[in-house]
Amino acid sequence: MTGIIKKIAQINFGLLSPENIRKMSVTKIVTPDTYDEDGYPIEAGLMDPRLGVIDPGLRCRSCGSKGGDCQGHFGHINLARPVIHVGFADTIHKILRSTCRNCGRILLTDREILDYKEKIDNFLRNEENITNVLKEIYNLARKDDCPHCHQSETVRDNSEKLMEKFEDLVKEIEGSGLKVDSKIVEQIEKSFETLQTVLEEQLTSSLRIRELESQYDISMDKTNLLQVLDTIKNKKDEGLSTIDGRNLKKKAMANYVEIVDELLKLLDSEIHDFQNKMDSQTLKTVEKFLEEISTVFEKIDEKNQVKLGTFHKYLNEYEKTLKKFLETLKKFEDAKIELLVKAEATRRTEDDIIRHIAELEFEGSDEEVTHIKDLTENLVKEIEKSREKEIKEDIKIDKPVSLVEGNYKLTPSEVRDWLEKIPEDDYFLVGINPEIAKPEWMVLTVLPVPPVTVRPSITLETGERSEDDLTHKLVDILRINQRLKENMEAGAPQLIVEDLWELLQYHVTTYFDNEASGVPPARHRSGRPLKTLAQRLKGKEGRFRSNLSGKRVNFSARTVISPDPNISINEVGVPEMIAIEVTVPVYVTEWNIEQMKKHIENGSKIHPGANYVIRPDERKIRVYDETKESILEKLEPGYVVERHLMDGDIVLFNRQPSLHRMSMMAHEVKVLPHKTFRLNLCVCPPYNADFDGDEMNMHVFQTEESRAEAKSLMRVQEHILSPRFGGPIIGGIHDHISGGYLLTRAGSVFKEEDVFQMVKKSQLPMPEPKNRDWTGKEIFSLLLPDDLNMVYKAEICRKCDECLREECKNDAYVVIEKGELMMGAIDEKAFGAFSGKILDSVVKEYGTDHARQFLDSATKLAISGIMKRGFTTSTADEEIPREAKDRIEELLNNAEKRVEQLIEAYHNEELEALPGRSLRETLEMKIMQVLGEARDKSGEIAESYFGMDNHAVIMALTGARGSMLNLTQIAACVGQQSVRGGRIERGYRNRTLPHFQEGELGAKASGFVQSSYKSGLDPLEFFFHAMGGREGLVDTAIRTAQSGYMQRRLVNALQDLNVNEDGTVRDNRGVVIQTRYGEDGIDPAKSDFGKVADIDRIIEEMRIKAKADK
Amino acid sequence: MVKKDILKHELVPDHVVLKKNQITKVLKDMGVHPEQLPKIKLDDPVVKAIGAKKGDIIKITRKSQTAGRFISYRLVLG
Repeated sequence: MTGIIKKIAQINFGLLSPENIRKMSVTKIVTPDTYDEDGYPIEAGLMDPRLGVIDPGLRCRSCGSKGGDCQGHFGHINLARPVIHVGFADTIHKILRSTCRNCGRILLTDREILDYKEKIDNFLRNEENITNVLKEIYNLARKDDCPHCHQSETVRDNSEKLMEKFEDLVKEIEGSGLKVDSKIVEQIEKSFETLQTVLEEQLTSSLRIRELESQYDISMDKTNLLQVLDTIKNKKDEGLSTIDGRNLKKKAMANYVEIVDELLKLLDSEIHDFQNKMDSQTLKTVEKFLEEISTVFEKIDEKNQVKLGTFHKYLNEYEKTLKKFLETLKKFEDAKIELLVKAEATRRTEDDIIRHIAELEFEGSDEEVTHIKDLTENLVKEIEKSREKEIKEDIKIDKPVSLVEGNYKLTPSEVRDWLEKIPEDDYFLVGINPEIAKPEWMVLTVLPVPPVTVRPSITLETGERSEDDLTHKLVDILRINQRLKENMEAGAPQLIVEDLWELLQYHVTTYFDNEASGVPPARHRSGRPLKTLAQRLKGKEGRFRSNLSGKRVNFSARTVISPDPNISINEVGVPEMIAIEVTVPVYVTEWNIEQMKKHIENGSKIHPGANYVIRPDERKIRVYDETKESILEKLEPGYVVERHLMDGDIVLFNRQPSLHRMSMMAHEVKVLPHKTFRLNLCVCPPYNADFDGDEMNMHVFQTEESRAEAKSLMRVQEHILSPRFGGPIIGGIHDHISGGYLLTRAGSVFKEEDVFQMVKKSQLPMPEPKNRDWTGKEIFSLLLPDDLNMVYKAEICRKCDECLREECKNDAYVVIEKGELMMGAIDEKAFGAFSGKILDSVVKEYGTDHARQFLDSATKLAISGIMKRGFTTSTADEEIPREAKDRIEELLNNAEKRVEQLIEAYHNEELEALPGRSLRETLEMKIMQVLGEARDKSGEIAESYFGMDNHAVIMALTGARGSMLNLTQIAACVGQQSVRGGRIERGYRNRTLPHFQEGELGAKASGFVQSSYKSGLDPLEFFFHAMGGREGLVDTAIRTAQSGYMQRRLVNALQDLNVNEDGTVRDNRGVVIQTRYGEDGIDPAKSDFGKVADIDRIIEEMRIKAKADK
Repeated sequence: MVKKDILKHELVPDHVVLKKNQITKVLKDMGVHPEQLPKIKLDDPVVKAIGAKKGDIIKITRKSQTAGRFISYRLVLG
């Protein structure tokens, strides 16, 4: 069987039939034991050798292949009594509930059956999901009596049986010689006769009802119909009177048209209602009628002529059919009443019989009297039982597998019999495809026994065998099955058989699912719950999520990450410990054989060494100190050496969650000491990494093809531009930005020796000495390509009302002329992640290689710049003078006063509501506005004391870290805290805390924090602040969960789509999804921040270039 | 019931049934079988309005945020 590869053409999901289970079985399993005393598997036991082999030495008795090649063979257990399969208990319940226990048909009328069959056919043809239709059917098929079989008939049959029994009783009495009042007996006899006739009548009327029902759906309202009929008649008369014979004057016509129009509308809506309920014949007439009316109507419009005759003919016909329908309706109602009367009569006769029987008195020997009494009592009981049967008991499910009808628990055999009764025609209606399954297969009579390969036994070191959980469970099943069979054969009491049966059901249930609700889980001897079939598949650790969707891989490593500003963005620092563990396979050639020999000489413990050597015959040899020599001797081209990871190797680097393609990028290895992965700070944004303990994964490519592909497609420098917004996602962060600003801002000059030091550090070519101090802008210009021209507004731009452009006071207007930074300071807008304009330009104009060099050098230069000056921050940066504090306090007090005034105005009802708002809402809005303004104003006061020599301010304004809001909250005022987007209202009844009055609306009472973080919050403020903070925390937690799920679904929906060479987006079948990607065929990563091109920017650049050329 | 011409509604893009020779050209240009085109149901209101039949290919010209005007094709399903 080795080497046979089969192609799966299709998979059918269905049920295994008992025949199929037997057919695929190689042996019947009978013995609950596994091995005999000698340790050999017992024939017909659970470890029967025909079920397959695991030991590599042995050959399989069934297929003859060696252990490991044999995938195992199923066996089977014949169950002594059927049991319900847990997995299908719900389905069985649903099916039983919607079918007749008598005839097995679905509890739908013929009409409904036709309708639903068509509907299901339609859905299947369109490959749509039919679950909703099935749900509808299950809800509808809950009728009290079956439309297909006549329960009255069974009632009648029952009564015949009763009659016979009664006659037997009479004979017995006569034979016994007991004295009985013959009058009463006669009476009873007579009652029985009446009962039979009454039942006969009951049957005929119920049959009649059924017949009428099959013609029409009678459930509609009669009075409504009568009304419609009435209106139709009136309108018709009215219409005729307007027209008055053949007088077709325009006015009369118009009037008529109006009336007919109304009539039509009425009919339209009513007929719609009725359509479903009428038989097809009537329906056709009505449809024809409607059609005719509309054609006649068109003619009215067209030629101002009416074919009154035809029109009225159809109107009359319609009336007639409606009347006919009404008649049937009436007949139906009459029949129903009749049925009720008949049923009542039946009940009365039965009552009579019971009463008469009670009146019977016997004279004679005690023994015989008791015997006869028993018989009569039995008769009465039977009568009562037959009456009870008429009321259909709802079937309930008692989880997980018991089906209960009223008080009676159905046995699996009864369930199976019932399911067998369902005709194949009805299978689709209960959701079963007759080609694949039969409902009775959901009740097991044969149990497949999985091969031993599925449940291997383990031999412990002590020589003791330990069996798999499934084997344990199968042993239990076999043991009980055996006992049940023996007891049944021995004719044991019903009670004992039932108990054993129940036990068998329990074992089979837990064999399938040991976590089924309502069943105590089966436990191992140690008390651990057994892991049975469902547990193997279910959940995170189950076969699907853990083994099929998720895989563990070799040649990978994971450790904590830490920053290294000295390596390139393309590189990753790999700890030596990892480098000597994960390897790269290298084909030995005559050109590299010397190098490889050196690796082998180093062995597996010294860094550029080798761990394994693979011979041309694919044997893998580990490199040990002892084997080194012999390997070296034999080494020749054609061998493969698995050498240690070395500088320059390409590896895949990844941080979870892998939300976008930049979460996995190819890096060049740089082997470094210590135990963490080192990465350049610029690649933190794409990975969303920081160094508070984050770990990352590394994978080593094993083939040249993968390496080549990764190098050209996945390298970090290829991902500087994000396809998300067409700008750089890799770029300077934090100190890179502050450093760039400190280096290039107006008035920043450096001594030439310092400049050379910085330039050297940044790995830039040495410039010509200027023999004077350098401005920062001159130093930065060394980075820029010589022909770069651009203009943009820096992050520090204050967004003045009118831009002074070149005259900007903040040095925020950046102009680069022919690679010279003429004016403007470098900040986040220059080379920051997400918004770096210069970086963006460099990638797009000069390519990724150049961009990588630019970014490496720029960040290093910025760091040198910041180190020349020194940079630190503390709360001292947020210090403001006394007078500022006073001003802020006054401002906030005033604001609070204004709030009080607003509240007073509100209480005095002087407040005017804003459009669309209630008075209360208006007040809230106004208060929020006043307090918001107050916070902003206080911030402005604080800001006015902050200069550009303040490090915290530099960071906030250049976009390095933090915002002005953060600073003003520290220095001036924290401001309003909010929960649910408004001021804080929750807590106690009509107040937030017991410190306030009920209904208090003031600023302090609803969470306005007047203090600054620096001055400290008072306890109440602190509490409100915690409330707002907690809400933020909860929100983020919920948001990540929600967006994660959304992303998962989106990815699942789109994962197989790709853009073809011709620009079309297609799925894996080649079906076109979009005739042009994004409708414009633009790769967003190569676009200009999402747009095809920024014309304004290009014009501006041309202008600069022209100016510079002059 | 008043019938409106849905084709005139601003949200309904322009639908045109392709002629035989146009179909072969379009399919050849895109390199697809008709079955690989996106589908449109026969009971789609627009399909009914323009009177397309099963197997027809409809050219849809719609406004596009990115491209201004965008053309796509759909196969009418039975």
